[in-house]
Amino acid sequence: MGILEVKNVGKRFGGLQALSDVNLSVQEHTVHAIIGPNGAGKSTLLNCFVGKLIPDTGSVMFNGQSVLGLKPHQINQMGISRVFQTPEIFSDLNVLENVMISCFAKRDGAFRLHPFETVAHEVDIVEEAEQMLIDVNMIDKRHMNAASMSRGDKRRLEMAMCLAQKPKLLLLDEPTAGMARADTNNTIDLLKEINEKLDITMAIIEHDMHVVFSLADRITVLAQGTPLVEDTPENIKGHPKVKEAYLGEAA
Amino acid sequence: MKMLGLSKKDTTFLLIVIALTLLTPILLQPFPASSTLAQFNAGYPDLMQRFAIFGIFAIGFNILFGLTGYLSFGHAAFLGVGSYSVVWMYKLLGYNVVPGLILAIIVSALFALLIGFVSLRRSGIYFSILTLAFAQMCYNLAYSVLTPLTNGETGLQVYTNDAQVLMGENSPTSPHFFGIVMNESATWNVGGWQFVFNNGYYFTAIIAILVFYLSLRIFRSPFGLMLRAIKTNQTRLNYTGINTRPYTLAAFVISGMYAGLAGGLMASMDPLAGAERMQWTASGEVVLMVILGGAGTLMGPILGAGFIKYFENIFSKINDQVLHGWFAFLPDGLENFLIGVSHFFVGKSWHLTLGLLFMLVVIFLPGGLVEGGQRIANAFRKRKSGGDDAETEAQPSAAE
Repeated sequence: MGILEVKNVGKRFGGLQALSDVNLSVQEHTVHAIIGPNGAGKSTLLNCFVGKLIPDTGSVMFNGQSVLGLKPHQINQMGISRVFQTPEIFSDLNVLENVMISCFAKRDGAFRLHPFETVAHEVDIVEEAEQMLIDVNMIDKRHMNAASMSRGDKRRLEMAMCLAQKPKLLLLDEPTAGMARADTNNTIDLLKEINEKLDITMAIIEHDMHVVFSLADRITVLAQGTPLVEDTPENIKGHPKVKEAYLGEAA
Repeated sequence: MKMLGLSKKDTTFLLIVIALTLLTPILLQPFPASSTLAQFNAGYPDLMQRFAIFGIFAIGFNILFGLTGYLSFGHAAFLGVGSYSVVWMYKLLGYNVVPGLILAIIVSALFALLIGFVSLRRSGIYFSILTLAFAQMCYNLAYSVLTPLTNGETGLQVYTNDAQVLMGENSPTSPHFFGIVMNESATWNVGGWQFVFNNGYYFTAIIAILVFYLSLRIFRSPFGLMLRAIKTNQTRLNYTGINTRPYTLAAFVISGMYAGLAGGLMASMDPLAGAERMQWTASGEVVLMVILGGAGTLMGPILGAGFIKYFENIFSKINDQVLHGWFAFLPDGLENFLIGVSHFFVGKSWHLTLGLLFMLVVIFLPGGLVEGGQRIANAFRKRKSGGDDAETEAQPSAAE
């Protein structure tokens, strides 16, 4: 039984069957990659995990509980954190405040009215956030405005924000999209390190095969809304069905 | 020095605000009573009370608009509700303002809860339109439908046959705070200057300081941090496990209570309440105040409120006659020409000047007057340190 169990999920947008009959099981403490050509339904599938979309059919179970119909913040509180394709951070706030918000969300839950405490006096939260920034090598930027950082740093900050919540499952939507090679390699190293150090499961959607093959323990190939194969990276590499999905049918 | 749970910097800031507020009757009276510039003096009770009251209104509005970015166009409704509550307490109990102000805060909180609960389902322009619609509904209800409660277009006031059950033999016959009568003043004549220390002003000023302190605490709190996060990126906040709706609702209710208090204080200075207080122009005015002063900054709303109220009262008094007096030394043709031009900017046309100023501020100082002050301060600091890059503080984001 995996930490994330997807059963018979289908989703239709008007005339387009975006997902049909998707079955997927992400095992605990693994890195599970979902790859596929453009329009295969990868992002739609991810959106079904986080509460942005509700599938028409099927079920999505996380840790034995259904996530269907729950709001994004409820799903997050269950232990799923998400990294976006373009980094979503609080650009008007500084780096430390960005991470502190995650720490507050972890400690205080979805809502707590605390209008008279002072942020600077919340020593535990400040320390926790600073430790997180040390872990991702960003402590020297803690007073910097988040908007003024490079794209790579924004991505790094977003991951720090997700990790500060100590999620059970981290979802990554094309974490290296639009990155230069050096930044991509840094991100791979960071993800590897996270995977080794922390007790965490990762599901990753990615175009870049270099990233996928350096990280994933298992790979699911999605094409036209259905999973073609699920296997280890070694077996996926030469798989004829995968080649066909990516390159078109052999002439 | 630290006090009241504030950092050193904030404590200094608060002390400066307290000093300025308490010395207002002196600071706003820079010209001797007999001088020709005396008309620029703003140290008379009626105007000073308005500074403090609209300051409170703007501070509260800033908690919603400045922090979360939700632009309400209906805050005047709470102002009106506050005024009616206070006048009703005069009618039923007596002229002590305390029960009325408490009721004003409670009733405006309930109204805000209701309006906010519905309006906050939408954001951006739809939210603004919803709040505007609610405020206009309140205005129309007060103006005609609910006449038994609001006395319609005459306005609610106290009549001699009202119950006033707590009124004793010797109780004051105008609004008072346990015997301190609001419209009584002490006058102090020094040289050619005349300073007026009004009870009503000090009552509102002390409340204004208290609510300013509260807003300072809110700005520095985790709650304030969440509100600022809502303004920057609600999506991220939702995916970080935060339910944004109760946060925005809390901010809406708090700012509604501030507005209710301000409305209540209006009726505490002058025991009347009319429906026109709820009109949309009043809602628009507070938006102007906050943007002009600097949305999302602590001092901005107070500056903006003071600035606009000063303009309204002082500039509008400069009529053609006053202009004649100023330009009398010029040749007739030039004099008439200058008066003709100035005519469009002062007196009844003061709105034009305000509009131009507002445009200039929004275009060149998106952070409002506060940003202007910071730029001047930075320029001085740079010159002192010889072009050294002065550390730039986390600037409040521009108002949208």
